[in-house]
Amino acid sequence: MSLRSAFNQLVTVTAMNMRNLPSRVGTSLVAVIGIGGVVAVLVSLLSMGEGFRAALDLSGREDVAMILRGGSPDELSSSIGREEYNAIVIAPGIARDARGPVVSGELYSIVDLPMRSTGTGANVPLRGVGERGPELRDGFRIVAGRMFRSGQNEVIVGRGAFSQFENIDLGREVKWGSQKWRVVGVFEAGGSVSESEIWTDAVVLRGIYRRGNTVQIIRAQLTSAEALPVVRAALEKDPRLNVSVRSEKAFYADQSRILLALIKYVGTTIAVLMGVGAVFAALNTMYSAVSSRTREIATLRALGFGAAPVVTSVLLESAVLGLLGGIVGGLLVYFGLNGYQATTLNFGSFSQLTFAFTVTPRLLVTGLWYSLILGIVGGLLPGIRAARMPVTTGLREL
Amino acid sequence: MNAMPAEAAAGTSIVRIRDLVKDYRRGAETVRVLDGLSLDIQQGDFVALMGPSGSGKSTLLNLIGGLDRPTSGTLEVDGLRVDELSEGSLGRWRADHVGFIFQMYNLLPVLTAERNVELPLLLTNLDRQQRMRRVAAALKLVGLEQRAKHRPRELSGGQEQRVGIARAIVTDPTLLLCDEPTGDLDRKSGDEILTLLEALNAEYGKTIIMVTHDPHAAERAHRVIHLDKGMLSEGPG
Ligand SMILES: Nc1ncnc2c1ncn2[C@@H]1O[C@H](COP(=O)(O)OP(=O)(O)OP(=O)(O)O)[C@@H](O)[C@H]1O
Ligand SMILES: [Mg+2]
Repeated sequence: MSLRSAFNQLVTVTAMNMRNLPSRVGTSLVAVIGIGGVVAVLVSLLSMGEGFRAALDLSGREDVAMILRGGSPDELSSSIGREEYNAIVIAPGIARDARGPVVSGELYSIVDLPMRSTGTGANVPLRGVGERGPELRDGFRIVAGRMFRSGQNEVIVGRGAFSQFENIDLGREVKWGSQKWRVVGVFEAGGSVSESEIWTDAVVLRGIYRRGNTVQIIRAQLTSAEALPVVRAALEKDPRLNVSVRSEKAFYADQSRILLALIKYVGTTIAVLMGVGAVFAALNTMYSAVSSRTREIATLRALGFGAAPVVTSVLLESAVLGLLGGIVGGLLVYFGLNGYQATTLNFGSFSQLTFAFTVTPRLLVTGLWYSLILGIVGGLLPGIRAARMPVTTGLREL
Repeated sequence: MNAMPAEAAAGTSIVRIRDLVKDYRRGAETVRVLDGLSLDIQQGDFVALMGPSGSGKSTLLNLIGGLDRPTSGTLEVDGLRVDELSEGSLGRWRADHVGFIFQMYNLLPVLTAERNVELPLLLTNLDRQQRMRRVAAALKLVGLEQRAKHRPRELSGGQEQRVGIARAIVTDPTLLLCDEPTGDLDRKSGDEILTLLEALNAEYGKTIIMVTHDPHAAERAHRVIHLDKGMLSEGPG
C-alpha cells in the first residue's frame, strides 16, 4: 500500500472520529477530567518534592560547616561540651575576625504550635543561636519587630513558621513548658529552612533546658568552601574530640533524603493507582466512541480501508484526550498551587518545614508525558477491538 | 433445483462459485447458512438474488464481495481465487474490484456528498485534483452534481442512495454488489434507483448482483436467482 494511501486513510478515519467528537462531549470530558485529575495530583506531589528540595537547597551553604557529635544523625541527639567547643572553634580553616571565630554554638529543641490551616498541633523547631548565628545565614533580615535581646525570654519567628502557625503574632506571649516567651520579631533568611524555625538566645535556652555549658551543634564560617577538609582533618586528629564535620549543604541533603524518597515513592504510587482509574475512564470513553461508529468503521473497511488506520485513529483520539487532560491538570496545579506555602514534617529533624510548591517546566512536561501514556493505554484495547471487528458484523449494526 | 454450472452458460463468467459452504458459529452450535452451492454469473449480467429473510442472501453477497470468507468451496471473481486471498489483500482487492451499495446507504454523516464519494479514491494514488474530477463525473452520472457540498442529512433517501451509487462506481469496479438498494425507499425513489442501476448495466457494462425482497425490483434484472435453505434455484419465482 502506498504511503499516500496510508496517509489518506489515517487522515480520513481520524477526521471522521474527531468530527464526531461534539456528539460525545460528555464521555470525552470524563476521560479528560479523569486524566487531568491524575496529572494534577502527580504534578502537585512532585512540585511539593521540588519545593522541599529547593527549601533545603537554599539552606545549605558550602562554606559553612556543621559540626555535630560523632555518630549523631541529627541536631537533637548531638551534644558538644564547653572544652570541646573551645578546642573546635580555633581549628584552622574556621574564619575569624576582630571579634573572634565566626561560629555559632546552637541548641535545638522542639515546641508545639497549632497550625493555621487545621488548628492541630505540630512540632516547630525552637533554636537557640549564638550571637553570630544570623551572620551564618544568607539573607538574614528582621522584617518585622526587632531582634531578641540576649538573656531575655524573647523569640523571633521565621517568616515561614509565622505564616503557618497560630499564637505567634508579634508582641504576643507564648508558653512552652514552664516558660513564657514574648514574640518580638519576624525574620527571613533567604528562603532557607531557617525560616521554618523560631529563634532565641542560645544562652537562655541552655539555662532553661539545664544543659550546663553544652551546645548541640556548632555552625562555623569557613575561610572558604575548600577549607572544609582542613577543618575536618584538624578536628579528627585531635584525640580530645569526637565530632563529625559536614558542610551545611551536605547536612541538609542528608536530612532531606528520607522525605524526598518518601514523596517520590508516595507520589508515584498514588499516580499509578489513580492512573489505573483514569485509564478505565479513557477506555470507557473510547469504547463508546468506537461502538458509536461501528457501522462507519465497517463501511470504510468494506471500501478497502485497512485496520491500521482504524487503530491509529482511535489511539490518536485518545492520545489527544489524554494530552488535553494533561494540559488541564498541569495548568490547574500551576495556577492553583505554584508558590503556595505549606509545611510538612521534615523526617530528618521531626519538625515542620515550610516550603513552597514549585511547579517547574520539567514537572509539567512529566505530567504531559504521563497523560499521553494514559491516553494511549486507554485507547489501545478499544482501537484493537474496532480493527478486529469483522466487517460483516459491523455492517449489520444499526 | 440447482443452478446450472458455468459450462452450460454462454459468455465469460465473472463470478464462479463451486460447492460454497458457509457456517456460522452461534455459541456452541454451528449453523450452516450456505450448503455447498455453485453459481456462475456472466460478465455484464444484472442478477437479482431473492429469498426469504435469513436465507443467506447477504451472506452470499458478502462472500462474493470478499467481506467474509467461505467455510469451504471455491470462489473466483474475474479469474482470481478470492477465497485464497489473505485478509490484507482482500481489502485491496475490494477497493479495486467491488462497489458496494447498501440498504441504509452507509454514508459518513460528517462528510459532504463529494467527500463521501471520494472515500474509495483515497486508497489510490490519484492526487486531489484527479480525485475531484472523478468524483464530479460520478456525481454527474447519478444526477447529483448540484448536491456535491451537501451532507447526507440534507439529502432525501433516494438522493443518499444515489451518492452511495456514485461512491460505488467512482473506482470503476468490476462488480456492483447491492444489498436491498431500494429496501428503505418509497416506490418512486426506488424506481429511480433501479433505472440508474439498469443504465449502469446497459450503458457502462457493469455486472450487477442485487439482493432484493421486492419482485417488482427483481423484474428489472435479467436473471433471478432464489436462495432458500442454503440452496439456489433459478427462475422468476
Ligand atoms: N456474523 C454472523 N454470525 C452468526 N450468524 C450470522 C451472521 N451473519 C448472518 N448470520 C445468520 O445467517 C443467516 C443468514 O443471514 P443473512 O443476513 O445472510 O440473511 P438474509 O437472507 O440477508 O436475510 P435478510 O433478508 O433479512 O437480510 C441468518 O440466520 C443470520 O442470523
Ligand atoms: Mg440481508
